[in-house]
This record gives sequence, C-alpha cells and structure tokens, in this order.
Amino acid sequence: MSTVRKPSYLVDGIAQVGACGLFLLQILAAIPSSLRHIKETIRQVWFVGAMSLTIIMTCGLFVGMVLGLQLYYVLSIFGGTAALGTVVSLSLYRELGPVVTALLFAGRAGTSITAEIGLMRATDQISAMEMMAVDPLAYVVAPRFIAGVIAMPLLACVFNALGIFGAHLVGVSWLGLDNGTFWSNMTSSVDVWKDVINGVWKSVAFGAVCTLIATFQGYTTAPTSEGVAYATTRTVVFSSIATLALDFVMTAFLM
Amino acid sequence: MSTEPQAPAAGNAPTPNPLIRIRGLSTVLNGKTIFDKVDLDIPRGKITAIMGPSGTGKTTLMRHITGQLAPDAGEVWVDGQNVVKLDRAKLFALREKIGYLFQNSALLTDYSVFENVAFPLRQHLDLPEVLVRNLVLTKLQAVGLRGAAELTPHELSGGMIRRVALARAIVRDPMLIIYDEPFVGLDPIALNQILKLIRVLNDTLGITSILVAHELAAVRLIADSIFLIAGGKIAAHGTPDELARGETPWTKQFFTGAADGPVPFQYPAPDYATQLGLAGAGA
Amino acid sequence: MAQRQSFQIGTGLFILLGFAALAYLATQTTSVANFSQGDSYDLKARFTNVGQLKLRAPVKIAGVRIGSVANVVLEPDKLDALVTLSIDKRFSKIPDDSAAAVFTSGLLGDQYVAIQPGGSPDMFKNGDEVILTQSSMQLEELIGKYLVGSGDAAKNAGDKAAGADKDKPPAKP
Ligand SMILES: Nc1ncnc2c1ncn2[C@@H]1O[C@H](COP(=O)(O)OP(=O)(O)OP(=O)(O)O)[C@@H](O)[C@H]1O
Ligand SMILES: [Mg+2]
Repeated sequence: MSTVRKPSYLVDGIAQVGACGLFLLQILAAIPSSLRHIKETIRQVWFVGAMSLTIIMTCGLFVGMVLGLQLYYVLSIFGGTAALGTVVSLSLYRELGPVVTALLFAGRAGTSITAEIGLMRATDQISAMEMMAVDPLAYVVAPRFIAGVIAMPLLACVFNALGIFGAHLVGVSWLGLDNGTFWSNMTSSVDVWKDVINGVWKSVAFGAVCTLIATFQGYTTAPTSEGVAYATTRTVVFSSIATLALDFVMTAFLM
Repeated sequence: MSTEPQAPAAGNAPTPNPLIRIRGLSTVLNGKTIFDKVDLDIPRGKITAIMGPSGTGKTTLMRHITGQLAPDAGEVWVDGQNVVKLDRAKLFALREKIGYLFQNSALLTDYSVFENVAFPLRQHLDLPEVLVRNLVLTKLQAVGLRGAAELTPHELSGGMIRRVALARAIVRDPMLIIYDEPFVGLDPIALNQILKLIRVLNDTLGITSILVAHELAAVRLIADSIFLIAGGKIAAHGTPDELARGETPWTKQFFTGAADGPVPFQYPAPDYATQLGLAGAGA
Repeated sequence: MAQRQSFQIGTGLFILLGFAALAYLATQTTSVANFSQGDSYDLKARFTNVGQLKLRAPVKIAGVRIGSVANVVLEPDKLDALVTLSIDKRFSKIPDDSAAAVFTSGLLGDQYVAIQPGGSPDMFKNGDEVILTQSSMQLEELIGKYLVGSGDAAKNAGDKAAGADKDKPPAKP
C-alpha cells in the first residue's frame, strides 16, 4: 500500500517550479518575434504600469509618512532625528520601495494578467490565435512579460519619490525637523550605485518574477471559472512568496 | 520523413490527389474511443460535409486536420504534409493557408468586430491601412455586418457572432476553409445568404471547404459529398442524394431522426434503472 | 484610431514620469547632489585623527553646508591626516585664521568638518591651509575617560582636544 504514489506537495511544488522555469525559457525564445507586436507591448505597459500608478503613488505617500513618524520617534530616543532623511531614504531605496511595489503590483497587475490570459484560454481565444498562426506566447505572454519588467522599476522609483515626499511632509512640515538637515544628511550618506541603482535591479528582478508567475498561472489555468479563480489566487500567493524570498537572496548577495 | 500514401481509402471511390488524406487515424480521449482506424480523403475544390451524431468526434477530426490535437495513431496529410509530424513553424505556415470557423466562434473579446476580422491580416501581412479596411469591410458586407464593424463581441447576438467568426475565417482567402457548424443560430434569411456565400467562395476562388453541420436540408443544397461519422468509423459516404435515400441503417436513422437504430441517443452510461436505484425495487 | 493614440501617449508619459522619478532620486537625494555644487576652491587641513570622516562628508559653517571633503590621505613623513576640503565659491569670504574641527552629528551620526570663523581681515585663498585644527573626538576615549577616570586617559583625551600636537602618531580607530 505504502508504495503507491502519494500526492506530495513537495513533488508537485518542484514540478510547478520546473514548469515555470521552462515557461520562462519559452517566453525568452518568443521575445524576438514579439518585437513585431510592439504596439501590444506598449498597450501592456499602459495596463500594468500606468494603470497601477494611483495605488503605487497613494501607498508610497502613506508608507513614507508612516516611516517618517515611526523613525522620528525611534531616532528621537537616541537624539538622532537629524538622520531621519537618511534612514527613510535608505530603507525605501534598498527594501521597502522594491518589495512593497512588487507586492502591490502582484495584487493589482498580476491578478489582472492571470485573469485575462486565463479567460482567453477558457474561451478558446488562445486556440483561435494558434489557429490563425499567431503564437500566443509572442502575442499575449511576451508583451506582458516585457511590460512588467519595464514597469516595475519605474513604479518603484515613483513609489520611492512619493515616500521621500511623505517622510519630508511629516518630518519637516509637521514635526519641525530642519529642512537643510533632512536633505544634507540624506545626500551625504545615500549612494547612487549602492542604494538607488541596486534597488532598481531588485525591482527589475521582481518585475520579471511577478509577471512570469502571473502569465504562467493564466496560461496553464484549467479552462473553467473555478480554474481562473484559483489561478488568480495562486498568482498573489506565489508572487508574494517569491518576491520576499528573492529579496532575501538578492540582499544577501548584492548589497 | 515518409511520403504520402497514394492508395485510395478503402471503400471510397478513388480520389486523385486529395487535399486531405487521413490513414489509420485512431484517437482515444478520456478512455473513450473517438476514432478507430479511420481512412478518409477530402478532394480539392469541393465542398465536403462531415455529419454525424453529437459527440461523435467531428470537431475532434477538425482539430486533427489542423494539428491542434495529435492522434494516438495514424497519419493526417494536408496538402502533401503530414501534420502529425510537422514542427511548429511549418505547422503555422500551413495554418496560414487554412481558415477555421470555431464551433464556439472564439472571437477576441477585447477587440471590435472590425479588429477581429482584421486580426489575421494585421498579424501576417504588412498591408496599407486602406487595403485592410477595404478587405475587412468587404467580408463584413458579405456576412451582412458591415454596419456592426465598431461594436465589440459582447454587443452582438449569437447569430451575429457566428457571422463575424465566419468573416474572420475567410478574410485571407485561404486554400482550405473549415466551417464547424456555421448555421447555428442563423435565421432563414441569413442562412440562405451564408449558404450562397460558402458556395460562391468555393467556386470563384477554387478553394476546398469542409462543412461540419447537422442541418441536412441546408447541407444538401451545397455539399458535393457527405461523410457520415458514427461510432468511431465512417458509417456512410456519398453524395447528398445517395445518402438521403437512407439505404443503410445508419443513414436511415440519421436522416429520419429516429431514436432507435445503430446510433445511440445516449452518451455511454450505466443502466438507467440501476443508476436511479430502481433495479431491485420492481423485483 | 484616436483611442489607440491616447494610450500610446499615456504610456509615454508614464515612462517619462518613471524616469523623472529615478533621475530625481539619483541626483537630488544622493551624494551625487554634492557634486553638482558648481565652482569650488580647495583648502587643506591637518588632523591627528579624523575618526570616521569619509569622502564627501559635509563641511559646515554654523551648521550650514558650504562644501565637502574631497580627499583624506595620510602624510607619510608627519604621520597625520591631510584633508582636502572643497568649498563652494559662493563662500569665499572665510577669514584665514578660522579653525577646522571634525565633529559628529548627534551622538552616533556621521562626522563632518566644522569651520569656526576667525577675525582676520584676510580671507582664505585656493590651496591655503587651515592652521588651527581640532581632531575627532573618539567615543572609546571619552568612555575610557569617564568610566576609568584615570589620569592617563584624561590626559590623552585632553591632548586630543588641544589639537595640533603633531608629534604623536594618529591613533587609528
Ligand atoms: N479535451 C477533451 N478531453 C476529453 N474528451 C474530449 C475532449 N474534447 C472532446 N472530448 C470528447 O470527444 C468526443 C467528441 O467530441 P467532439 O467535440 O469532437 O464532438 P462533435 O462531433 O463535434 O459533437 P457536436 O456535434 O456536438 O459538436 C465527445 O464525446 C467528448 O466528450
Ligand atoms: Mg463539434
């Protein structure tokens, strides 16, 4: 009895990761032919990027304001409130900007990518494209993937800028920190390459991972309403886990 | 790569140089035998109708012909190429020459009617916008929907969706058009127009048409020959008039619509009384 | 057609906004901002100990930034730190008897060079040396001074505070 193959979450999980990796290779192979559909890519940058701006900007502002309040309190214990700008900008650029943007992106754009591709699969639109000799990987998947990789770092930068603005609002305008101190401390300890650009690399990686998961889940969904629903949920769960795990790895090796 | 077999299908009148030649096709889906060593030739330049009871595998056969589904055994030759063995690039090149009307239409829901019909043109040909416009509007005019060009699929009725899908299938004037149930949801006027359209396209452009349909009366008007598929085999083959005479039990039952005969109305199932729990009650 | 045009413009605006944010972060909130200060002139100053003074650390008068640390090297023969201060041209009226000191912002903050203006009628010129300097206060030494309270530690810290005793090798942290 015990030799009968038991359904194992571990084996299934590894199989999923493997399938996802192969899917990534297929997407990369389809990218050259997807350049013909450059308009579609532009359209997707609009959908996954520009349409996510509202949520990214709002959240960036509030995250910055909360950081301003909390860190001001913590720093005031050590009499180091002058370092508020530094601490806020470093935590935003190195961690919170890329990670929170990726989590929001998974919820806002990732789910819509999964649902859209899943519905196209369920209503035979994917088959219809294949029948019209159009490769859905090149026409549907690759443009979304490229758009995600482009949009994520840009969104993270907007998030960071709004975060700095929010922290400045709280620290300087409300709590009365000196404007010059805020900026000069920040500018003297934040490094372009080590902090800003490394953060951008992080979000490029997150963009690739989140859109890979979203398109994979949509593309391989069971063609039923329940299948699409599950796939959408899995997109959020897996994207979040992958983002945080990858964040740890990249922080350990990059920074 | 093996070469295309030249012998005519057993039991068929010899068809010289057919467009589609199927040999020994066997398919099992979900443990159910859909095809059992089917041989079939579809001649060029003719309208060939495929008929048969619901769920017998007509759509599946079309999916084999277009390489969407690989059979468990057998060869499917289309225009001299065995689609079972084609790689993706060659298969796509072949599909560019095939127009396919999906049974469920499969329109791209994000695009307008116009863009749906223009889709195959835009994807493969770099035509000037004026030409695309003229081609698309011509095809839409042919199916009577030129005025609906700017609507989106969810603003259309079922019959209109069928006609848009039809326009999309024929927009590139392919060498082979496969119509999977084109008459579903059409009113008698539209039905007549579509019948005429299929015949005219076939004759003026010299293309080959495969027509999957249940409406015998409509099929009789335009089809050159009919294959009746039932029970995983070709149950009958001939001109519409030959089949309509109902000389075999298959054709007789199918064309008179009798519930009793070789074709079961029921999908294979356990005994009715047993399943309802009545088996022991009556005894 | 008009609709397609509009989302293309929107996408373009989005990408511009993203890059503008990146450019803002990279140039206005990082040390790059300190390079963009236009014309400057150099002053030199010697310290027995610069502590954790880093390149591009601010140079301030009365708490206001006037320039940055351009270079820190050890002078091989005298064994003390020679610091090059790059001062903004706008602040060219600094008396040449002004003193320079390495201070720490806050208890644990970064270190910077503070200049205390003197009263001389002559002003510093490019390449001049700041004679009066005061080295960095080392936290360890201060702790040693107050915890142990031994004369040796007190003397040591006192010497530090007194500044320009160039005979002692700098105690590298
Ligand atoms: N993806 C699939 N997996 C398993 N079985 C399938 C699949 N698609 C179709 N079948 C089975 O294959 C059989 C033939 O299906 P097909 O769609 O070819 O029928 P059809 O002849 O086109 O019927 P209709 O006239 O109703 O359109 C059916 O019994 C169906 O249950
Ligand atoms: Mg069917």
